[in-house]
Amino acid sequence: MVDSSLPRAPTADVRSSTLVGVLIGIAIMAAVDEIVFHQLLAWHHFYDRSTPSVALLSDGLLHAAEVTALVGGFFWFADLRRRSALSSRLAWGGFLLGAGGFQLFDGVVDHKVLRLHQIRYGVHLLPYDVLWIASGAVLLLAGVVVLWWARSRRPGAGPR
Amino acid sequence: MTVAGPLAHAGHGAAGPAWFPLFPVALLAVGYVLAAVRDPRGWDHRRTASWLVGCALLAVAVGPPAQLADDPRGHVAQHLLLGMLAPLGLVLAAPVTLLLRVAPPPVRRAVGRLLRARPLHLLAHPVTAALLTTGGLALVLLTPLYAEAERQPVLHHAVHLHYLAAGYLFAWSLAGPDPAPRRPGLAVRTGALLGAAAGHAVLAKYLYAKAESLPPGLTDRDPEAFRSAAQLMYYGGDLAELLLAAALFATWYHSRRPRPSPSPPPSPAPSPLIKKFASPEGDSLTQTS
Repeated sequence: MVDSSLPRAPTADVRSSTLVGVLIGIAIMAAVDEIVFHQLLAWHHFYDRSTPSVALLSDGLLHAAEVTALVGGFFWFADLRRRSALSSRLAWGGFLLGAGGFQLFDGVVDHKVLRLHQIRYGVHLLPYDVLWIASGAVLLLAGVVVLWWARSRRPGAGPR
Repeated sequence: MTVAGPLAHAGHGAAGPAWFPLFPVALLAVGYVLAAVRDPRGWDHRRTASWLVGCALLAVAVGPPAQLADDPRGHVAQHLLLGMLAPLGLVLAAPVTLLLRVAPPPVRRAVGRLLRARPLHLLAHPVTAALLTTGGLALVLLTPLYAEAERQPVLHHAVHLHYLAAGYLFAWSLAGPDPAPRRPGLAVRTGALLGAAAGHAVLAKYLYAKAESLPPGLTDRDPEAFRSAAQLMYYGGDLAELLLAAALFATWYHSRRPRPSPSPPPSPAPSPLIKKFASPEGDSLTQTS
């Protein structure tokens, strides 16, 4: 996940700070999707019986990966903080990028291209799809902007 | 279930035997505490607490109250306690380290030799351990083994023992603070955790979907009970995965702790294995690699 040969300098570790944000962003968005939409709202069920077994397998993998990424991401985050190698601006940018990227991927590839499942059944889907995909795109764009801003003001700004 | 149940419990239903499984558990708890008290350098109380929590969970899983629950939900609860939650408590208590501290030199040498044995490295590889625990569970629940274990008390106990042993091995291979020569790196261990957790979740959902026909070979079944058992398995597995992941990454976090470089020699590399484990570094026994 992270190479131990990183220099233990007091300056921010650009790559790790960004990546840890992306990782946590993806994990949080996957967890929100899973917990809010699958389990609380039950827009899809505990197990959707019409889903083929491949989707079942991918669902189990997604869930396991989301939990592992969340826990691992926060320990990685804590390690970067402890070594004063964290840039919180880069991490926030990465977070938005990861969350938006996951949402957009889920909305476009999973829902529309592969048609694994839809957001809701028995309703007019278009407003849901538009809202889902647009919110993903907005998050992704916000992430790009924050990262660009954080990188542009990094020289001389020191670790924050 | 109602037909198979009384048969399964004929073996340990009479007076005394229901208490019998508690004896080895009590022995484990007392033995550990006695060893911890004897440790000349003082044993970390948190480890003792972890061991006792593990033993308490074991006691709940095998004690008399558990044997009343003749129900698939009871089986799942036992599986979760025996195979996932109790092993984590036991593993985090570092019993092998404690043994190396208090045992006489011949025992220590033997343990050191055992830890360096090739077959153990193969058996305790995270991937092998994941296959043994999740694969073993799938084997029990997808074959007539479950129905058979309902009828034969010996097999019933053997299945439980397998849950415990495989669960311990898995937790140890991922996050054990005990010495583990040649343990693979973080990526392999994370992968094994992912695989095992995904397998567990898929198995739970599969059982939920096919509650009318799985596990096979039962004479009388209540699909609703099996469905709620599968749900318990799914969410319980989640909790166990969360705890295991936390233990795994906490070990990693601990191993990367910046150390004061000059004063104590960080790792007595050229010394023999046993000396290394018994070195006065105390907490740094949680080192991985």
